[in-house]
Amino acid sequence: MNATSHLTPQEIIDSYRATFGDGLVDAKITERGEGTKKVRGYNIWLRLRRDLFRPAIQKLIEIRFPHLAVIAGNDLGSEIELLYIFSVFYGQKFGEYMVTIGVRLPKSDLTIPTITDLIPGALFSEREKQEFFGVTVTGIPDGRRLFLPEDFPQGVYPWRKDETGIPPEMVKNLWEVGRPKDRPAPPVPEKAPAPQGKNEGGEAP
Amino acid sequence: MSAEKTKKTIPYTVPIGPVHPALKEPVMFTFGMEGEIVKTVDFAPGQTHRGIEWMGMRRNPVQIVHMTDRVCGICGIVHSLSFARAVEQIVGIEVPERADYIRTILHELERIQSHLLWAGVAAHELGFDSLFYLAWRVREQSMDLIENLTGNRVNYGIIQIGGVRRDISSEQRSLIEKGLAYYQGLLDKMATLFLEDSTVRMRCRDHGFLSENDARILCAVGPTARASGLNMDVRQDYPYCAYGDLDVKAILPPAETGGPRGDVYDRIIVRLLEIGQSVEIIRQCLESLPPGEILWEPKMAKLLAACKKAEGEAIGRVEAPRGECMHYVRMAGKEAPESWKIKASSYSNLMSWIPMLQGEQLADIPIIVASIDPCLSCTDRVAVTRNGRSAILTKEDLTRLSREKTRRMMQ
Repeated sequence: MNATSHLTPQEIIDSYRATFGDGLVDAKITERGEGTKKVRGYNIWLRLRRDLFRPAIQKLIEIRFPHLAVIAGNDLGSEIELLYIFSVFYGQKFGEYMVTIGVRLPKSDLTIPTITDLIPGALFSEREKQEFFGVTVTGIPDGRRLFLPEDFPQGVYPWRKDETGIPPEMVKNLWEVGRPKDRPAPPVPEKAPAPQGKNEGGEAP
Repeated sequence: MSAEKTKKTIPYTVPIGPVHPALKEPVMFTFGMEGEIVKTVDFAPGQTHRGIEWMGMRRNPVQIVHMTDRVCGICGIVHSLSFARAVEQIVGIEVPERADYIRTILHELERIQSHLLWAGVAAHELGFDSLFYLAWRVREQSMDLIENLTGNRVNYGIIQIGGVRRDISSEQRSLIEKGLAYYQGLLDKMATLFLEDSTVRMRCRDHGFLSENDARILCAVGPTARASGLNMDVRQDYPYCAYGDLDVKAILPPAETGGPRGDVYDRIIVRLLEIGQSVEIIRQCLESLPPGEILWEPKMAKLLAACKKAEGEAIGRVEAPRGECMHYVRMAGKEAPESWKIKASSYSNLMSWIPMLQGEQLADIPIIVASIDPCLSCTDRVAVTRNGRSAILTKEDLTRLSREKTRRMMQ
């Protein structure tokens, strides 16, 4: 599609800084090398002001049409942070970077514009964020649920850490579930329940 | 989805699923049909959503590594490797070089078994059962090797944060070499059976077409994207484990086979060639397997203490047999991670079903759906609604339709 020549991670950050100035709240590069030669792989993290979200994505598309891996998110208490995780410059030997564009939404106004007009493949992840974080994606072409079943209660968002998260009564701990009562008796009588030992399965403290 | 059921007008609505043809996990399809031709495609995944991320946010990283083994029933290593790599970056763990190489070897053995499993499923969908038996028989060699190296056929439990849990001994090394020689000798035969067979060609050439641009904008990954001509492979683009030391090139359908065209046939070619590539990678890794430790910290309490103190966020990604697998982890000085997002490779590939299936026939659905190697499951029943009458088709019925088409074409 469109092509800018290969940029270094710092050049990508510089060009964002030049375009968005103070709107670029935070920018950092992390790198990692593995194996014997420790060839470096780079991750770029950009956090922008909320109103600059779509221009930031458009800018990335101008640099090189990116591959959207997924939209991740964090519940930070009073805000929800959405992280759009892209990779750019694939197809070049060890030249690919991960570019993560993050925006924070206050819980009083959880709306974000869709990017499916720019990257149609984002639809899946946007639908998932709607049901798991309670974020409203404005302009989404298909706002149905994606993974949650149809009978899942409204207003419960599994990845939220506040009162709209999964309530304790919805959690079914497997080790507490006995044999169903409405079934015929088993051919051999059931054993007495094992004594509660240390190795009983369960959640981490 | 059921609102359309009583309509008698064209297009007919054909729901397929939730438990489905050619797949290993359930997904619900709704096809709008005009005669035999698929006009519209809609699908609803999530029939087996287990809330693994939610469970993970209540467990410590070592517990999660063992849970990630169980994310997928076929890829026993990619999720635990992605997760471990993300945590290692946050905690600042330097993985021993030997562990990086052992991870790579197992990663590639997994690719061999996964691609052979897929090849068998594809042959079965086409009604070519002798090839299905052959593919699954030769797959056993890699399963035996994996069992020998990790102790398990599935859910390997080999990855630990900071390394691997089992070393490769010199006896195991010669076993691997024997296995590699076995596959080397088989590759030509497999290629001939799949690619020079006129039935396979008739059923797969120019079916399930995905253009390069569609693959790009729908964010497809792995063999699905490469078969459409997209030059992407995490092993080539982004160094991790031992791949930084190796020379891996993304495999695109070669020009001599007329590719890349982006059809089912190209996806078969890419996967078959990748088996050979994996054999080559394992051989290179064995040749330069560095000596040394295999774990950053064998004492679990120390490892957990280090993880508990860590703060930060990271992305771990690997090239799974089906494409890019990615985990985002954020830790905030607590025992359990604050956020965890898994992106499996099929998550990125499912949307490319829509352009692939439009315009195809009902009997082509199984092979096209299977062609992206979705990590979803086997059909149990299919409900077909025509003229307001609803009939339940079983998986056998749908497979029979696909096979009958093969027979018709052979006459």
